[in-house]
Amino acid sequence: MGAEVAKWFAILFAAMLVNNFLLSRFLGLCPFFGVSKSMDTAVGMSMGVIFVMVVAGIVTWFLNLLLISWHIEFLQILVFILVIAALVQIIEIFIKKTNPALYSALGIYLPLITTNCAILGLSLINVQNNYTLMETIFNSVGSSLGYSMALILFSSLRVKLDVEELPAAFEGMPAAFITAFILSMSFMAFTGMIKV
Amino acid sequence: MKTNESSSLSAFTAGFIKQNPTFSQVLGLCPTLATSTNAENALGMGLATMGVLILSNIFISALRKLIPNEVRIPAYISVIASFVTIVNLLMHGYTYQLWTNLGLYIPLIVVNCIIMGRAEAFASKNGIWKSFLDGLGMGLGFVGAILLLGMTREVLSVGTLFGIRLWPKTYGMFVMMLPPGAFLVIGLYLALFKHIANVRKRNLKNIKG
Repeated sequence: MGAEVAKWFAILFAAMLVNNFLLSRFLGLCPFFGVSKSMDTAVGMSMGVIFVMVVAGIVTWFLNLLLISWHIEFLQILVFILVIAALVQIIEIFIKKTNPALYSALGIYLPLITTNCAILGLSLINVQNNYTLMETIFNSVGSSLGYSMALILFSSLRVKLDVEELPAAFEGMPAAFITAFILSMSFMAFTGMIKV
Repeated sequence: MKTNESSSLSAFTAGFIKQNPTFSQVLGLCPTLATSTNAENALGMGLATMGVLILSNIFISALRKLIPNEVRIPAYISVIASFVTIVNLLMHGYTYQLWTNLGLYIPLIVVNCIIMGRAEAFASKNGIWKSFLDGLGMGLGFVGAILLLGMTREVLSVGTLFGIRLWPKTYGMFVMMLPPGAFLVIGLYLALFKHIANVRKRNLKNIKG
């Protein structure tokens, strides 16, 4: 039992720091550059991603059991993406009915998350590594926390960047990428910290 | 007829520079950055994406009058996901080494915003021939961009180009092959293209003024 719990936390921290979704796996970059212009949107998007990633991770894990029992694993891509799209819609409707305050905070980010490759990427990573249910949950939580951490860090850097005077060629996107380069460099320091 | 021809041509060439998916629209970044570690992987990823883009453009354009507006997004996703599954299985069968190198990023072509973006913005409104040209043009633009990144990163990191050695490995900067290198290279390229655009704009103003 102890060894198992240790492995869960190893997976959690590896997903969060070593294989950070944004900075080392390059998953979910579109919202990374899209919503990171202000702190509020970055926090809203992060909350949405944490919520959807954990739910989608668990749902696709059970779904994969079904696919395996029917011997149709080759349909993984098609089934996963459709289920994730439907799931986000359901979550949106559910939150709208039950918790209007949460909906007004997350509402506009949920549709963005459907086409976010981080969600499908996470589901595929869970399946490819043959994770158990608990490992899937820890991997999902770790990945989404790592995503949020990088997104919020990056947006706080970008807010500073906006008030600085930059060379004309670097204004906007190029500067954002260079900032991401520096942030990614600092995350490289975690490489080799945990071996799973 | 003349206008029709010229618009077909512009559908084809728009993706090269003016609306280049990577450098001008900054779309589909995830596979671009993740698989451009060397020229060969970049070319493989570019061609796979181009294939899916062309096929899905043709199909969505052919089905555009049958698909109800309300469910168009799930319908597009299904079409795209089917083609990605086909490409995935074909690459597994015929180019196994490349398939293992690209790994996770082949299934993730499904969520590449370029493909969905072209389906929504172009193929759903235009005929089959024009959608094919648009897919080909945008696809070539994507291949060009990802190949440029891949070649740059391979030369800078290990000193080879498509596996052909240009200078000894000791002169390479290994960081270019690691994730930060991808951010740095694309950031510098974007800055370069922006600089060129700025200079051209200034020159144009000088000529007029």
